[in-house]
Amino acid sequence: MDKGKFVERVLFLLALSSISSLVIITIFIFEEGLPLIMHTGLKDFIFSTHWAPTKGFFGIGAMIVSSLLVTLGAMVLGVPLGLACAIVLAEFCSERVRRLLKPTLELLAGIPSVVYGFLGVIWLVPLIRDHLGGPGLSLLAASVILGIMILPTVISISIDALTAVPDVYRDGSIALGATEWQTVRRVVLPAASSGIITAVILGMGRAIGETMAVIMVAGNAIKLPSSVLEPVRTLTSNIALELGYAAGRHREALFATGIVLFVIIMVLNLSATLIARRR
Amino acid sequence: MTTSPADSDNSLQCPLEGIITLRGLNLYYGDFHALKEVHAAFQQQTITALIGPSGCGKSTLLRTFNRMNDLIPGVRITGEVLIDGKDIYAPETDLTHLRKKVGLVFQRPNPFPLSIYDNVVYGPRLHGRPARRELEDLAEHSLAAVQLWDEVKDRLKTPALALTEEQQQRLCIARVLAVEPEILLMDEPCSALDPLATLRIEELMRELKKLYTIIIVTHNMQQAARVSDDTGFMYLGELIEFGETGQIFTRPRDEKTEDYITGKYG
Repeated sequence: MDKGKFVERVLFLLALSSISSLVIITIFIFEEGLPLIMHTGLKDFIFSTHWAPTKGFFGIGAMIVSSLLVTLGAMVLGVPLGLACAIVLAEFCSERVRRLLKPTLELLAGIPSVVYGFLGVIWLVPLIRDHLGGPGLSLLAASVILGIMILPTVISISIDALTAVPDVYRDGSIALGATEWQTVRRVVLPAASSGIITAVILGMGRAIGETMAVIMVAGNAIKLPSSVLEPVRTLTSNIALELGYAAGRHREALFATGIVLFVIIMVLNLSATLIARRR
Repeated sequence: MTTSPADSDNSLQCPLEGIITLRGLNLYYGDFHALKEVHAAFQQQTITALIGPSGCGKSTLLRTFNRMNDLIPGVRITGEVLIDGKDIYAPETDLTHLRKKVGLVFQRPNPFPLSIYDNVVYGPRLHGRPARRELEDLAEHSLAAVQLWDEVKDRLKTPALALTEEQQQRLCIARVLAVEPEILLMDEPCSALDPLATLRIEELMRELKKLYTIIIVTHNMQQAARVSDDTGFMYLGELIEFGETGQIFTRPRDEKTEDYITGKYG
């Protein structure tokens, strides 16, 4: 066997092991969690909002709703901001400014989430408590922090989508007397739409999966929120907060929560892939 | 500005005024002198062909007429480009208005990734809020003018990118006509088309000449001879010779023109 072939084999084995770890994790989560879902019934598990694991009530409805609301809030804040930023960087600024700013924005993704949570606790939470009322630790606080955290994802994938639009479209539009903004709005954005939707979906996946920053600012009360100023507990927070002392059915219920998260994120990623491929 | 003897010859041999008049036009890409002291006059409702070897500046010259060169960083222009007697490089020029009046058809068909209908009415929608009825009439009229209406009238809402290349190029011409220009610039409009499609587009150009002034850049000398009234021969950024097409092709005054059209280089 020559050296090239040998290296190829080794690399193949390494690749296989990383893929198999994904498979093993999947099997493990389902194996640990499914018995509880069988026991409680899928409907009760997902739709009941009564979570009292030590008394045998395993309803994660409130947490599913909270996760979705926090994610929605993050999207409402992060998507317009991220898209605006991507449009400016891709269309309206010089190559030099873009080369400086894009890596800087991507650095945002490298900041540990606990730092975002920390900033939330010492700066955002008191701000909300003092000016808007409530405990401060809230759905709103979690949404704002997540809205900032998804920016790098949304911006960098949107920029790639916008720069992939061929210049002949821009020239054609300008030659018809369009301004730069008209060109962006009427030709470039529609042409980049599938890439931008992918950016949004991947941002959503990031928001729904985030744990640490959310635990620190969301307040973690298990109930359906009636306003954005109330504390909420997300699916991820629930697992992280309770796994340390959970046993038996309770432990299984946390794995089952993981299954629900797993399915949501798989659906999001799959649709992102499908939309990106449609192009 | 320096003026060599050749340049003054050039300004003598063509009429002084036209719908487009160039006076001592120079264009620089950074340090590169791409157009050198060009004088010319393009007449209304004629087809003028610009010929010359690759890189001679013919596309650059074409794009100075609707200021598409503005998009390229580092471009500098001196001299005058008069359209209807007004210098389009004067600071008060309204670029939107200019580009409406002077339409450009690109080398490769570049319909937007929208429906056929949305492509045709793209320009009119930019320049106001025309009524739906008005847009529909305009779309029909413009598509009919490029002989595409009968082929696409039942599928106006389908993607323009599904059309053949020839149909796409016709659509791009229709898209320009829809903003009611006076001048049509065509930058090698047939280079992506097969010979038969090329002939059909040429026929279309003769038809359009009745209403519009057309300037076409072409690599194809037969095309220039077939379709144009006037021809300009460019070489290394200079407009070497400009005159009536028959004369340029049968009795060129300049040796370089003769060498080019007889195929000694190009």
